[in-house]
Amino acid sequence: MSDATSTGPMLAADGTPLKRSLNRALRAQKLRALMLIAPLLVFILVTFIAPITDMLFRSVENQIVSDTLPRTTRALEGWDHNSGELPSEDVFAALTYDLVAAAERKDHTRLGTRLNYETTGMSSIFRKTGRRIDDFGETYMDQFAEATPDLAAPETWVTVMADPGWRADYAAWEAARAAARETGRDFDRPPPLFRLKNGVADILPEAADVYAEFARIAQVENGDNPAEEEPWAPVYLALYRDLMHVGPGAIERLDDASRATLAPAHDAVAGFQSERLADLYLDADKGWGEPAIWSTIQAFSSNYTPGYFLASVDLRQTADGVAMQDEDRRIYIMLFERTLFMSLAIMGACILLGYPIAFLLANLPLRTSNVLLILVLLPFWTSLLVRTSSWKVLLQQQGVINDVLVWIGLVDNANRLVMINNQFGTIVAMTHILLPFMILPLYSVMKTIPPTYVRAAKSLGASNWTAFWRVYFPQSVPGIGAGCILVFILAIGYYITPELVGGTTGTFISNRIAYHISSSLNWGLAAALGSILLAVVLLLYWIYDRIVGIDNVSLG
Amino acid sequence: MTMKQLLSATALAALPAGALFAQDLPPCENCADSITAVSWGGAYQTSQIKAYAEPYTALTGTTFTWDESSNEAVAKLRAQSEAGNITWDLVDVEGPDSQRLCDEGLAMEVDHDEILAAGDDGSAPTDDFSDSVINDCFIPQIVFSTTFGYRTDVSAWNGNEPDNLCALFDLETFPGKRSLEKRPKKNIEWALLCDGVAKDELYDVLSTPEGLERALAKLDTIKSETIWWSAGAETPQRLADGEVVMGSTYNGRLFSLIVEQNQPVKMLWDWQVFDFDGWVIPADLPEDRLNRVLHFLHFATDTQRLADQAKYISYGPARASSQPLVSTHADLGIEMAPHMPTNPENQKNYLVNNIEWWADNQDDVEARFQAWLAQ
Amino acid sequence: MSQMDLPPYATPGQRIWHYTFLVICGLIFFFLIAPILVIIPLSFNAEDFFTFTPKMLALDPEGYSLKHYRDFFTNPSWQQALWNSVKIAPAATVIAVTLGTLAAIGLSQDHVPFRRAIMAILISPMIVPLIISAAGMYFFYSRIGLQGTYLGVVLAHAALGIPFVIITVTATLVGFDRSLTRAAASLGANPVTTFFKVQMPLILPGVISGGLFAFITSFDEVVVVLFVGSANQQTLPWQMFTGLREQISPTILAVATILVVISIALLTTVELLRRRSERLRGLSPG
Repeated sequence: MSDATSTGPMLAADGTPLKRSLNRALRAQKLRALMLIAPLLVFILVTFIAPITDMLFRSVENQIVSDTLPRTTRALEGWDHNSGELPSEDVFAALTYDLVAAAERKDHTRLGTRLNYETTGMSSIFRKTGRRIDDFGETYMDQFAEATPDLAAPETWVTVMADPGWRADYAAWEAARAAARETGRDFDRPPPLFRLKNGVADILPEAADVYAEFARIAQVENGDNPAEEEPWAPVYLALYRDLMHVGPGAIERLDDASRATLAPAHDAVAGFQSERLADLYLDADKGWGEPAIWSTIQAFSSNYTPGYFLASVDLRQTADGVAMQDEDRRIYIMLFERTLFMSLAIMGACILLGYPIAFLLANLPLRTSNVLLILVLLPFWTSLLVRTSSWKVLLQQQGVINDVLVWIGLVDNANRLVMINNQFGTIVAMTHILLPFMILPLYSVMKTIPPTYVRAAKSLGASNWTAFWRVYFPQSVPGIGAGCILVFILAIGYYITPELVGGTTGTFISNRIAYHISSSLNWGLAAALGSILLAVVLLLYWIYDRIVGIDNVSLG
Repeated sequence: MTMKQLLSATALAALPAGALFAQDLPPCENCADSITAVSWGGAYQTSQIKAYAEPYTALTGTTFTWDESSNEAVAKLRAQSEAGNITWDLVDVEGPDSQRLCDEGLAMEVDHDEILAAGDDGSAPTDDFSDSVINDCFIPQIVFSTTFGYRTDVSAWNGNEPDNLCALFDLETFPGKRSLEKRPKKNIEWALLCDGVAKDELYDVLSTPEGLERALAKLDTIKSETIWWSAGAETPQRLADGEVVMGSTYNGRLFSLIVEQNQPVKMLWDWQVFDFDGWVIPADLPEDRLNRVLHFLHFATDTQRLADQAKYISYGPARASSQPLVSTHADLGIEMAPHMPTNPENQKNYLVNNIEWWADNQDDVEARFQAWLAQ
Repeated sequence: MSQMDLPPYATPGQRIWHYTFLVICGLIFFFLIAPILVIIPLSFNAEDFFTFTPKMLALDPEGYSLKHYRDFFTNPSWQQALWNSVKIAPAATVIAVTLGTLAAIGLSQDHVPFRRAIMAILISPMIVPLIISAAGMYFFYSRIGLQGTYLGVVLAHAALGIPFVIITVTATLVGFDRSLTRAAASLGANPVTTFFKVQMPLILPGVISGGLFAFITSFDEVVVVLFVGSANQQTLPWQMFTGLREQISPTILAVATILVVISIALLTTVELLRRRSERLRGLSPG
């Protein structure tokens, strides 16, 4: 043995230091384990975790307001909701441009529904106004048509507003389409999207903005050529407002063709009969006169909102901060409480019924207990719907239990018991469904309790009860804990059974989530309620993992 | 002759005399060969299959897939449209839902005179359908009513039988469980009518903040005795099982309970709510599927087909020209006309939903009603 | 001697308590089993009701019939539903078992980094309330075009079945003697051969019972399929759910009875497998 080897690191067979060699082996082992796990992990992340995360995002998403009313939300920034006054004409004009586009795209009713979650009446206001919005500005349209007949022609607007490059592109596209039609070829190239002329937006900011929106909607939504479509009345409103603001110098900066049309129009607008937009709105729906409507739009103009979460706990967001929900709309706290209460009741019933059974099974000879265990496992393996439907058969007023009670004379035929479509029905059916989840963990814990302890206690003079209560019971507590958390986790998120036997008083928060997804279409609120429920379940899951360990779950 | 033609030819031979022949049906160019149709399930869907789908399949070989999702049509269409993946071709909805789908751009707007067949009497489709064309997206099929059925063997009633709607609120004379729809529509109108509001003032009263509360207060008096339904077949089932003594449902469901299944139940024609049901086409269908749907609709809403549907269920055809052709029940052979909501005998006292009012106020009323229900 | 036997010196009080306890247990067993058994005679009802008719109570043969079974086997929508279930459940099971077994083997190795966190994620589909899973999948699968497709339902069901496979296979691996694979390796077998010849036969019972759990999860699942599926993917539970809400047809009870029989068969299989596994691993005397 040389000095070098005795002081140097220990070497493996191939001459590398043993420590490094072991490390490498360990890394390889870790890598191999991860490679085996990776496919499933990716699978679960994509098919399960991603959908849930995606849904959680819905609970705070609120782009619909700023997407549908971009101009209005910007214009409202300067408005003070505490002033008690209505916003300025500029805000009304911005709302007109937004609404006419939204109504054309058919987005305004959806926005109304969204805002109605926050303030009652919004939906009907948006619907009523949406029906009239394309008349707003008609006065100006008529007056322009009289003063400068050119402006009544769609082609003029394209001359004034459109980028010559776009017009050339569009013409080329039309030619290509015509050629394709002639030869019978398929033609599915989309037309080039409308582009504004350079500089026109500086001189006529509102008119250019609204006209561009109009042209693009005409192209995209209806497949029309903007040069053949008469602009909306609000486009004329925008032109009127622009021309009232700009001086003749600005018109001079326009190109010749535009100037020819707009110079006389500019001279004429001063003499136009004007009309207050606010009056038009109040005429469509007097709700617009209430500052609360405007402050709701203002309060919900950001892209993300805590509004749905607030609504899930019976609060609401107002321009002045958080407030209680109107009394007649407060139900969610009550529903969460009911869900908790019923889950606890089911858990309690499961302990009461499960403990004796687990005790019996744990203390019978193996052969007998295995046979009896099948009686516990059979319901566990039977379709949930089968069990729910049989409870329906049993609990109805004309059902088996009532029939039996009437037959033995305990209950009068006219006063049959109401045991279904209420909390009782849900608790009974769910106790039955979840009972195996209590018995199995209890049983596996009780099997490990050595019978000698109880015998020792008795031989030392303890009564049966004392021996059970002071010696046996404390050792079975871990089983109770595991069973309780399992039953509670499963109960709190139940949907099918309460839906079928719960009526209106025996339903859970899950049923409300389903209602918001498929009936009321308030997906944000459904997501927020779901997030809260999920948080509760994950907390319990974490506790369960601490106490029992998730890999120790036994499935019979 | 291809296999498909052969099949449809043999199927055609099996059709009863007087049925339509292939040459009456124009060929369908660039058409998909299947249709996914959405309807309400139960007897109603069966009547559509018998009167429209089966004859059409016999003529063209088109296959049908039925989805019983009409009561969730708005939600599901919205999800499909958000995803840009429309899986449905044709959706059967009630009038107010069609309004909502049309407003949101989820249903396609159609030109009724262009896509539908003229009446047998030569009348233009819009004239023939007249009032039932409630918006640009809606292609009407039937007129139906929501009305009441009650059991005739309730001993606690001491021989009394309800003769008007307001028996619903009379727990003293008519004790027992009621079955009502889990939605505010119709229920709040009935509550106000029985609270003494005149028919003409109904929607004016409802438009005031107190109006809705008044209706809910009236419903409060029977809330503890009410089981709520969400599917049209629930009330008939509960009536048959004796779970409830009276309840609201569609008149066609009551017809099959009473006439086809012989249950001890009677139907009340008082303040029944008149409504339309029809097709909408989802917006943005691919061209071949749209062509197929339009081809089918042209056939399925013609005068004869709409009259045929009445052989299977007691709903009135939405076309005026179909009315005289309504004949007898397909199996029982009884005259169907007296059982129709359109029969003058049944129309002495009825109500029509104000669709515009409902479209405007649905969100508010629904939210309040659901909160009331949960409280 | 078992704990439940009464000692000969028991007092009358103890005797009474002992028998009361047995009676209580009997009642609870009755509560567990009766609801499942009650539907079996009702499924032979000659009438279209959910209740016992006088004729049935009098044991009159006329009160009974097979018509609801006939309906199940001839009605196209029930047959379509059965067919869909039979298509979807095995596909979901295969995915769950393949990926789940591999991952369980990976997890059972020593020195797996983040073992606890990974385990928590893999088990989560069993813990997250179904309505939340269903809603999330509905929106997400719609967005990526999987909503209303067979593939979408299969993937969703596979995800729900995976925790069961992980749990059962991990449980068999706990008792697995690692020296066996080392022996195989030292005798010159490559890892693949070792896996199929040595490891697989020993953990097979766990894999099969995990697979059965995954299968029954899919076969019995209604919430997720209601959201993720569409008309073309209506499964048996879906059909039963709409039936329970809508149609006046005891065909549901006939289907229920058939499902109970299937459950009993599956349960017996699992029980036999468990015994075999314990015998193989020498955990119980058999």
